[in-house]
Amino acid sequence: MTLSLSERDTERLVGSEGPALALAMRVVTRVADAMEANRLLDVVGAHIDSCLFTGMAALDFADRLADDGARVSVPTTLNVSSLDLLHPELSLGDPEERRLALRLMERFEEMGCRPTWTCAPYQLEERPAFGEHVAWAESNAIVFANSVLGARTHRYGDFIDLCCAVTGRAPAAGLHLDPNRLATVVVRIEGVSEDLLNRDVLYPVVGGLLGPLAGKAVPVLVGLPARVSEDRLKALGAAAAATGSVGMFHVVGSTPEAPTLEAALGGRPAGTEIRVGPDEIRTARDRLSTTSDVGLRTVSLGTPHYSVAQMGRLVELLGDRRVHEQVAVYASTGRDVLHEVELRGWADRLTAAGVQLVTDTCTYFTSIIEDTSRTTMTDSAKWAYYAPGNLGVEVVFGSVEDCVESAVAGQVVRDEGLWANA
Amino acid sequence: MPDEASSGQVLEGRAMVPGTAQGDVLCLDEALSFWGGLDPETGRIIDRHHPQVGQSVVGRVLVMPSGRGSSSASSALCEAVRVGTGPVAIVMAEPDEIIALGAVVADELYGRLVPVVVLAEGMDRLHTGVRCTVSDQTVIAYSDNRS
Repeated sequence: MTLSLSERDTERLVGSEGPALALAMRVVTRVADAMEANRLLDVVGAHIDSCLFTGMAALDFADRLADDGARVSVPTTLNVSSLDLLHPELSLGDPEERRLALRLMERFEEMGCRPTWTCAPYQLEERPAFGEHVAWAESNAIVFANSVLGARTHRYGDFIDLCCAVTGRAPAAGLHLDPNRLATVVVRIEGVSEDLLNRDVLYPVVGGLLGPLAGKAVPVLVGLPARVSEDRLKALGAAAAATGSVGMFHVVGSTPEAPTLEAALGGRPAGTEIRVGPDEIRTARDRLSTTSDVGLRTVSLGTPHYSVAQMGRLVELLGDRRVHEQVAVYASTGRDVLHEVELRGWADRLTAAGVQLVTDTCTYFTSIIEDTSRTTMTDSAKWAYYAPGNLGVEVVFGSVEDCVESAVAGQVVRDEGLWANA
Repeated sequence: MPDEASSGQVLEGRAMVPGTAQGDVLCLDEALSFWGGLDPETGRIIDRHHPQVGQSVVGRVLVMPSGRGSSSASSALCEAVRVGTGPVAIVMAEPDEIIALGAVVADELYGRLVPVVVLAEGMDRLHTGVRCTVSDQTVIAYSDNRS
């Protein structure tokens, strides 16, 4: 398939608008070729992940574009970075790496991106509307945009996110196009107790199960309650995107392109149909923990960044209790949510209870956790999936209720009854 | 080894990132996310859930079912190529644009091209240790018991 370009695309490609636009167009068109796209399309916004310092290559690329005067041409938000600029004292990382990470962040601001520093741009006030094309990176944001907002983005990675933002163009391929948004895998959840179906903790577990089952396919879930909340869909999507390559999913009765199973399938028969029952759910939940050591030192919440509602739940669960003196509790969120949490007086209450609020970054790749010798607990399947490799920690996955009870008790406590009767 | 070319098995696929390379296969049983799954300092697989954890991709023709996970996989691959700990080519059963993107940018920034090929058939010929060459959409696998 040959890629046909607009006159302006071609002009930019040959350098008529300078070397920065030429490089950005080259990356977009080479990737469009790799995707077998036959044209490019306009995007109305971008969310950039390349601002996370992953090594010198990330900075080399941003430097090249920024030095050549690149500016984003559409409203562009920034993903988490490797630093918490509001709480710099939390960082235990190498000072030289911190300097480079900060430099990288500055370069993106120079290019006109909004310093939102959140992995959950869908929690910002302005977010893409149904049907709008955007270029989003960050796997959990991509899957949320497509599945929950009904906006359209392919699974963009570092570098092309910036190139799309600079050019305002993206390959007309993948999840931008109708046929590729239809489900091909049906996952039926059966025999799971009403109690568990109505708990937050089920959703990241289902996501962790869905990732390996679906791979890159678009799955549709049947058997979950109607109108599953955004926070639950967020946890489900984040886990599915991390453990698989899911860029979009449907939940019948909850997500906008799946009013019915037939609509999600586009009237076609399902390619694969998988049944998931309590045994599979329990296995998926067990797979998220790497240790049986109940000696708790850390609790990490807020991956993806907690919403205002999730912060409220944390305040409610803690009540007037304090976390145990041997346990550090981190709750990560975006600046916009933090602002709201402060206005409601929750930030002070959480801090007084011993919860450390973290912004701009995430605790599964930034050196914030001090004691990795014993167990870290999390309510995030994504955190549980990545942190053992990134940080060398041992992890126990639990519900937010389990996490709070454990934090207060100073050791891992989980409500096993919920799972025994799953 | 003058006979190698004639004894090689020719596999035709699709070039996501065209180019040429040669090396020994490291075949992964499961998809790998370069970010969080590969240590760019050493080129070793660090994803503890991965069956080939601990193996090195340095200089290998990396064969795997697909890419996976994080959208930082592109910069993780690019960083590994910059440092010199990356694979020399990547062959997958399914296309992955994020991996292709990492290869494209490594070429743009450092002039080091890691070809990326999708093979719909013949992946079973590419066992770990098999020597192979990649040339655009063509992968030639040579026999295991080479001298």
